Amino acid sequence: MKSFLSILTVVAAIIGLWYAACVPMNIHEAAMQAQRAGAEVTPETAPERRKMGRIALMVKNPQLWGTVYAQDRPQLPAPHQVGAELWKTTWGMVEKGRAFSKRSLLLHGWITLSATLLGFAFGTLLGIVLAVSIVHSRAMDMSVMPWIIASQTVPILAIAPMIVVVLAALQVDDLIAKGVISMYLSFFPVVVGMVKGLRSPDGMQMDQMRTWYASRSQTFWKLRLPSSMPYLFASLKVGVAASLIGAVVAELSLSQNGGLGARLLAGSYYGQTVQIWSALLAAAALAAVLVWAIGVAQNITLKRMGFTR
Amino acid sequence: MSDPVISAKNLDLTFQTNDGPVHALKDVSLAINKGDFVSFIGPSGCGKTTFLRVVAALEEPTGGTVTVNGMSPEEARKARAYGYVFQAAGLYPWRTIRGNIQLPLEIMGFPKSEWQSHIDKVLDLVDLRGFGKKFPWQLSGGMQQRASIARALAFDADILLMDEPFGALDEIVRDHLNEQLLELWDKTHKTIGFVTHSIPEAVYLSTKIVVMSPRPGRITDVIENTLPRERPLDIRDTPEFQAIAHRVRDGLRAGHAYDD
Amino acid sequence: MSWFYGSLLFWAVAWAVNAQLSKRSERWVRFFVPTLFGITVLVIWEGMVRGFNINPVLLPAPSAIGSTLVGEIPTLWTDLVQTFFKGALSGYIIGCGAAVLVAIAVDRSPFLQRGLLPVGNFVAALPIVGMAPILVMWFGFDWHSKAAVVVVMVFFPMLVNTVQGLQASDALQRDLMNTYAANYRQSLLKLRLPAAMPFMFNGLKICTTLALIGAIVAEFFGSPIKGMGFRISTEVGRLALDMVWSEIAVAAIVGSAFYGAVALAEKMVTFWHPSQRGQ
Repeated sequence: MKSFLSILTVVAAIIGLWYAACVPMNIHEAAMQAQRAGAEVTPETAPERRKMGRIALMVKNPQLWGTVYAQDRPQLPAPHQVGAELWKTTWGMVEKGRAFSKRSLLLHGWITLSATLLGFAFGTLLGIVLAVSIVHSRAMDMSVMPWIIASQTVPILAIAPMIVVVLAALQVDDLIAKGVISMYLSFFPVVVGMVKGLRSPDGMQMDQMRTWYASRSQTFWKLRLPSSMPYLFASLKVGVAASLIGAVVAELSLSQNGGLGARLLAGSYYGQTVQIWSALLAAAALAAVLVWAIGVAQNITLKRMGFTR
Repeated sequence: MSDPVISAKNLDLTFQTNDGPVHALKDVSLAINKGDFVSFIGPSGCGKTTFLRVVAALEEPTGGTVTVNGMSPEEARKARAYGYVFQAAGLYPWRTIRGNIQLPLEIMGFPKSEWQSHIDKVLDLVDLRGFGKKFPWQLSGGMQQRASIARALAFDADILLMDEPFGALDEIVRDHLNEQLLELWDKTHKTIGFVTHSIPEAVYLSTKIVVMSPRPGRITDVIENTLPRERPLDIRDTPEFQAIAHRVRDGLRAGHAYDD
Repeated sequence: MSWFYGSLLFWAVAWAVNAQLSKRSERWVRFFVPTLFGITVLVIWEGMVRGFNINPVLLPAPSAIGSTLVGEIPTLWTDLVQTFFKGALSGYIIGCGAAVLVAIAVDRSPFLQRGLLPVGNFVAALPIVGMAPILVMWFGFDWHSKAAVVVVMVFFPMLVNTVQGLQASDALQRDLMNTYAANYRQSLLKLRLPAAMPFMFNGLKICTTLALIGAIVAEFFGSPIKGMGFRISTEVGRLALDMVWSEIAVAAIVGSAFYGAVALAEKMVTFWHPSQRGQ
């Protein structure tokens, strides 16, 4: 409860700062519109205004401050503008029975989500399999693990356009192409986390297994795997967020088939700032929901295993 | 008889917890004179550490008064009247031993020209002269605790407050450190407040033994130690020693220390 | 086809060598085994491309990539300067610096910290890279917008790590500071900041990767005619994949070097931490 109030305060402060920032960001456009409507603006001519800084223009025209919150193409949309757009393209569409039309964020969200989940599932599976083999085979450990650790320093996302184009040329389905990139991005945190987790039982517990003459398989299922659960869930959270980012970036190169990344790109081409912001917030909300879902699964599983009280 | 260095009168300290109020200290009165070596002994929850922390101004009493050198504990702290030794050495791993001993000198604003001599002096006192340039993790547990004591002595405070400083060490090291502590006390004439769990340690080291008991935290007995100031370790086998230890044990039993 | 069989033979031999070597643990073995593994991958790659006559447009052979890399060094260098030195590095310094200052500023208010940590963790998980088009709109096409993307990407992870680091000194050490009647500034400079260093370096290392990714992906959204992200997206469009792979190779090298430099600094500053002492 204590943290709830703190979180609320921080979020309120951020929203407050956002509203305040709208004024200097949108003041030039507001001045332009006001002048066209015949109102008085200081200074009078557009070239002079363009040379002025945002703060200076803002200070000279306090009467315009209220008008920055309702522009069509604001440099910085106000929170309520973004909120309205989000509403219009999600619940608003459902109400009109057009939940899956091309304008609906629900449709685009679903497209991105399906690629994310597909990639995440395969990335996790692959990651666990690789982690198990690294822990049980010294050859694998010494040859592959250094590369996996090194690859975390490489900007893998930069490969996305290339993979997408190559797979498209091979006539692989779009969903699969995006899924491959998501899989690639979520696989690394899972491998690193699982290796750490599978190796987490301490010397005493491993020795105990040896006194019982347990086989490697028994040690794995009864000791290593249960001990690795907290580490697994921590990396799943990182992996699912990475998977989503991968899907969104992949959509930048495959934008003809929708998805939140495609909406982002379309908005940036046509200068529709509110559209950009609402797509971004939708992606953010999706990421939050996915991480939260894994957190719930984590709590249920770890509680049943007695890890947390 | 001059004024006591530490004087507590009807000290009360009650914590409010989820399960109701906890009387960590109730009606505790005690006078510690200059040059005394006072041990506090009792089971967990008897208030011995809490009393030490009140004297050090690390806790606020809820009732009664306590003065250190005639001032309030807070003022005494600002006047740098005491050095505190905790249960764990708490040395900073990123500083050498010399660097750690230098820490209070830096904070208290001692002139830089004096640092070397202070550090050398206390390193000699705890017999760590050659280890000044080492890092804490390169030293054994016993040596780390000696460094922690050196740090508490570095700024020439008259009072030394020690909270179970040897609790984490094995018995052989402990014996050795007990001897060294007595030598140190003899050389420097400090007033020492010492919290311990160990009956032999309390009887061996102190001039006065304060036996405390829990629920509520209070003093059950104050025993004036009649053993001579010069004490080899063998003194622990003498009947006089055993008699005092017996009296301590009686005090603990009276305070229900041995009940569940 | 002989190329392919040759590479398979190489793989078999290399595997046998590695299997034998991994039973030993001298230092040179630990460098040799992964290096041999990497070379094997390159050999099989080359063997497959030549042996199966794979379309070089889809998957160029390592030898082709190598020659492109060497031949195009001027272009690669210009791109590197634009993306890494101007975009990523400046954003990294500004973003991490701002995060540390904010962390110290909120240090005195546990109330704000309790709110900031969860919000910071949340924002750090978001697809911030998506803000690139907005920042291009605000700061223009050139490297300034890319630096801005990097600032937003590294700020929250660095903030969360620094706040955690400042909380890391335990009660005993803080009590010790109290017994010296140390003031806030003395406690901050002599205890809490040094104790926070391991956490801060953890954040700095994570942010090196984020910075490079941010700068490159931001360039997908618009850039003057230079920059690694720009080069990658246009060369992909022209299906000149050997140039794309060259850029990626450069990105991999620079990314690892950046991370390595920070790790080296970490070793020097936090020499005292158990993780640096091989425990």
